[in-house]
Amino acid sequence: MVQLTLPKNSQMRTGKTWPKPETGGTLRKFSIYRWSPDDGENPRVDTYFVDLDDCGPMILDALIYIKTKIDPTLTFRRSCREGICGSCAMNIDGINTLACIYGMDEVKGDVKIYPLPHMPVVKDLIPDLTHFYAQHASIHPWLETKSPNPAKEWRQSIEDREKLDGLYECVMCACCSTACPSYWWNSDRFLGPAALLHAYRWIIDSRDEATGERLDDLEDPFKLYRCHTIMNCAKTCPKGLNPAKAIAQIKKTMVERSI
Amino acid sequence: MSYITDRKRANRWGSAKSGTQHFWRMKVQSVALLVLIPLFLIAVAPAIGKDYAGVTDHLSRPFPAIIAVLTLTVSFLHFADGFQTLIEDYVHGLWEKVLIIGMTCLCWGASVVAIFAIARLAL
Repeated sequence: MVQLTLPKNSQMRTGKTWPKPETGGTLRKFSIYRWSPDDGENPRVDTYFVDLDDCGPMILDALIYIKTKIDPTLTFRRSCREGICGSCAMNIDGINTLACIYGMDEVKGDVKIYPLPHMPVVKDLIPDLTHFYAQHASIHPWLETKSPNPAKEWRQSIEDREKLDGLYECVMCACCSTACPSYWWNSDRFLGPAALLHAYRWIIDSRDEATGERLDDLEDPFKLYRCHTIMNCAKTCPKGLNPAKAIAQIKKTMVERSI
Repeated sequence: MSYITDRKRANRWGSAKSGTQHFWRMKVQSVALLVLIPLFLIAVAPAIGKDYAGVTDHLSRPFPAIIAVLTLTVSFLHFADGFQTLIEDYVHGLWEKVLIIGMTCLCWGASVVAIFAIARLAL
């Protein structure tokens, strides 16, 4: 049954307000979710002030500023700082996005940062993506062939290659799946927008020879048909992709092969 | 404590190999209702404000009676399928099955009552 209220040990509390930087300058207020599995405390929201004159323009720059100069215990994932690795996905100002390509100027007022919603939290801004990655692995995200030839590379026409545009760019940041209400309620059985977008990427690949098996695996009231075209996935995707369209294409293919 | 692997948890029971028929049926019902509801309004509107004898007389003609039966039947079946989806979204376990069975019976029952009522008025 759907749970409408947070359990007692997940309810938020007001946290610490950290001192303003002594450098002065133009200050911006950041409210950031904090939780540690080690202290047994409830989650809290800490307040930090960032000197914009001493910091880069992106949200990730501010987080690195806070970690380096104010609070080294603040924990978050980051790597490429250019929207390619998908590590720094988090909920910023109510939107799931990548901190490295989201500018501070895109947020009006105080900046509120939380981990991706409806996921178990490992610590602070780090969600546990174990199940999300296992779901991705379950769709066999690789080229499956049965023909022994060609023995070397498998060629693809320019037109067939173009069908992969808008699909292959996905960096598996989980912004879409964690923005999807269907995934919130049924993530144990619904694959979610990211895994389904990847599934379609292999279904539509002209070189893949497991199309039927892939469709068979997806034909399920929960794995696929929990998608009700809410479109949060397309709205939030930091790469500008449209997982809802890919899911609609899978459903269309399902109908075409059965009617 | 559960020791099953993450992959096993993600795969769960595998595919049920169903769902497309339900999805397609709802699409067909939606398209049918797009046509039927305007026809229903056109067919039944002239009976508004008439007395019992006038309504009986109006519904005894084939076009309003058939359109009314089709609209109400398709609506209840569409409601049953839609409600099943709603229950599957939010309710799990035993209550899921109980509610789906209950709502399906209720919708089929309402369809039969609607057909009987219109037939009684029309015939």
